[in-house]
Amino acid sequence: MAAFLLKRFMQSIVLLVIVSVIGYVVLNLIPGGPLAQYALDPGMTEEDRNRIATQLGLNRPLWVQYFDWASRLLQGDWGTSFRDSNPVLSVVARHVPATLLLMGTATIIAVAVGTVIGIWGATHRYSIFDYLATVGAMVALSIPTFWFGLVGIYVFALRLGWLPAGNMYTIGDGSVLNYLHHLIMPSVVLALVHIAIWSRFMRTATLDAMSQEFVKTARAKGLSERRVILKHVVGNALLPMITLAGVQLPSLLTGALVTETVFTWPGMGRLFLDSLSNSDYPVVMGLLMFSAILTIVGSLVADIVVALVDPRIRLA
Amino acid sequence: MTTLTLRSAPKRAWWRSRVVRRFLSHRLAVLGLVMITLLSLACTLGPYLLPYDSLQIDLRARFAPPLTGNHYLGADPLGRDLAARLLMAGRISLLVGFFSMLLATLVGTLVGVIAGYIGGWTNTILMRTVDGFLSFPTIFLLLALAAALKPSPIMITVIIALTSWMTVARIVATEVATLKEREFVLAGRMLGLSRFHIMFREILPNAMGPIIVAATLTVARAILLEAYISFLGFGIQPPLPSWGNMLNGAQQYLDSAPWLAIIPGVAIAIAVTSFNFIGDGMRDALDVRGEHD
Repeated sequence: MAAFLLKRFMQSIVLLVIVSVIGYVVLNLIPGGPLAQYALDPGMTEEDRNRIATQLGLNRPLWVQYFDWASRLLQGDWGTSFRDSNPVLSVVARHVPATLLLMGTATIIAVAVGTVIGIWGATHRYSIFDYLATVGAMVALSIPTFWFGLVGIYVFALRLGWLPAGNMYTIGDGSVLNYLHHLIMPSVVLALVHIAIWSRFMRTATLDAMSQEFVKTARAKGLSERRVILKHVVGNALLPMITLAGVQLPSLLTGALVTETVFTWPGMGRLFLDSLSNSDYPVVMGLLMFSAILTIVGSLVADIVVALVDPRIRLA
Repeated sequence: MTTLTLRSAPKRAWWRSRVVRRFLSHRLAVLGLVMITLLSLACTLGPYLLPYDSLQIDLRARFAPPLTGNHYLGADPLGRDLAARLLMAGRISLLVGFFSMLLATLVGTLVGVIAGYIGGWTNTILMRTVDGFLSFPTIFLLLALAAALKPSPIMITVIIALTSWMTVARIVATEVATLKEREFVLAGRMLGLSRFHIMFREILPNAMGPIIVAATLTVARAILLEAYISFLGFGIQPPLPSWGNMLNGAQQYLDSAPWLAIIPGVAIAIAVTSFNFIGDGMRDALDVRGEHD
């Protein structure tokens, strides 16, 4: 167990290094680099630009710059926003809770609904329900999240008037109920794709678990089918799902970015787009790195949880 | 005197082979193939048959709802015919999707074959790079690249490929690692064939099944990704239409002209669903083990 965790931990560290290199290369792909903003300034001579480059250390070899950047990153210095000169880390941190709230709610919805659909499909294999769920999942995976959002706004906000069309709360009304009311549509829209993914995986996992020996034993003991499924099958089927939750983090973040745009939700996704439009590269870079770190830590945590829950790994 | 003739098994026409028969028995896959064929035909020929040009502005027709006069699908805020724009956009979206797939599959296959066959440190380094790319939410990486580089259709194709090759690489690496233990590879080595020959002429043809399946699903993914970044305003730039950027301005007119948002979305959904169905059918037909992604 300790050896497994240590190995998994080291892998994550290596991955973080690789991710930081990729991120740094992407940032440096920007034509003209960080000095691009001065390139068109007529009041600036070649000499000025060289002086700034020396000041910022941009004329050093790329790998020296990378190590400098990476070591400052480790010390918590993620640079300052071009726009308002605030430290990047605090700008990012300000936008994280809204995104986490959206992602968390969507995950709960997706897990709950997807699990039920998956188990029902597996226990009623080749029924009409199973067929519709499978086709439905493939169609849901083929439709862009933002389009679900637009249709949702049209139907539930503009035509029926049941739900707000956007924002996180009504200005002047900060009640929990008001937040929840605003949370319903974006979280359901974000959840749709993940319901499709979860239900398909849950169906496979349930079928796998149902073919195991211990299920035959449970049946042979004379347990009711209901008890066999709920007690012996579901528990085992849910195990691989914990890993899936970790693996799905990047796609959940992608969905969140688009959902936030459609519903003017003040999270990381909106911040990312605003920063891109304003060429605020330090913030873009910060978000890129933050999302990758979140993903890596997420999948590490998922693996640790599996190891803690599954005696086959815990005792190994 | 009788001559001995070696007769090979009677050759079946390719369209009666087992693979084709199995594909044709997958109803949704056939439906997908029919839809894609119709959609491609419509996008290729349609613009010549419609009464309007996709760029022709007609302020009298602004916000015309579907089925007004010859505007079968209505008109946009500048009075441009929506049907004409939809088909022109389809050309771009489908082409970007197709060529992204081609490039991503090429890169993914190359990386996968090298990693899988050579193994050892090469494999470790390449596969960890794959993991690294997969750790970023695709859209963040795509948008950062699109904002940094000039978003021409070719550039968009390249950057979508740059964020899509990893799945293929992973599948191919696993497949090749298994195949290289087989006898025919050993035989090839004993014949003194070069490494290159063994990798690309002996092993690769045997790994085509999973590659074809992954490639089909990559088209679906690429069309979706183009739609995402163009919807967000960083992809294909107007006046060039794409299904994604047609939706870009649609949200503000959602109340008065909902068809502007609904129609391009339906086109995306049909195209992507069809490719996913075809991919599913290929998986059954080529007997590729279920690989969910």
